[in-house]
Amino acid sequence: MLITCPYCGPRDVIEFTYQGDGNRERPDPASQNFEAWNAYVYDRLNPAGDHNEIWQHSGGCRTHLRVVRNTLTHEISSVAFMRGDHGRGDHGSAARRKAEDKS
Amino acid sequence: MVERQSPLEPEFHVGSHGNFEHGVEIILTETRPGSIVQLAAWPGEEKRLIAAIRTVTGLALPDGAGGGLSDGVKSVFGFAPGKFTVADEAEGLAAAFAKVVTPAIGTVTDLSHGRTAVRIAGPKAEWVLAKFFAIDFSLPAFPVGAGRSTTHHDVFAQIQRTSADQFDIYVFRSFARSFWKALCHASEEVGYEVQ
Ligand SMILES: [Zn+2]
Repeated sequence: MLITCPYCGPRDVIEFTYQGDGNRERPDPASQNFEAWNAYVYDRLNPAGDHNEIWQHSGGCRTHLRVVRNTLTHEISSVAFMRGDHGRGDHGSAARRKAEDKS
Repeated sequence: MVERQSPLEPEFHVGSHGNFEHGVEIILTETRPGSIVQLAAWPGEEKRLIAAIRTVTGLALPDGAGGGLSDGVKSVFGFAPGKFTVADEAEGLAAAFAKVVTPAIGTVTDLSHGRTAVRIAGPKAEWVLAKFFAIDFSLPAFPVGAGRSTTHHDVFAQIQRTSADQFDIYVFRSFARSFWKALCHASEEVGYEVQ
């Protein structure tokens, strides 16, 4: 499997570290909302198809990336820096909203 | 300053080795730069950092990911967004950058004692390195001056192409001897000379 890092170009998956499901939305650290915390820790969409994921190019430029990978074919349809222009990715929340809209 | 010892020393054997009867096709050396510095810009400060690199080294970084250049004495290349490796034959590069790269621009990390620089040159340099790293070493994909970050068996490596058939590889000092041994073994079949 190849992941095309936006900085380094196409690299073997061995250079990357999976950093988890990109659909999670982390509650505010001060939050006492246990349902939200439970959802963050345990709830997964587990789709058979396109999946939002967080990967780090740990054996290369070391940036964190948001990757859309098809869980059936391993096809990677998009790769982008987690950090957008303003230092924060919208990866998790946007993907989750989209999934919730469908259900 | 005290003489810096090379971590390669017990495995550094000057002379020709391997299958060199038909000629030496690889030259291996340790470049031993006096300074190796890593620079990182805060988001949005990349242009000011690149200007600082020009002020200190006189080298004007080209645009683009992994862009770099070398004048044979000083070398610079990008290895990540807003991050650069700079090497100099002379000592004192970190101190020079610390004066110019203010805390508002970014950070300066002195790696002079933390990295070892190995140079592989010769007509088979691309071919030997292709056995180590799963990246494209062809000249159009990896132009002269450019840098790449990659790994060999989990050993992180930064590679700069310093001429058409020459590459400088920066590895962690603690892994340098094992990396050097592997590079020697990989060069055996084409014949190599350690200088
Ligand atoms: Zn990368």
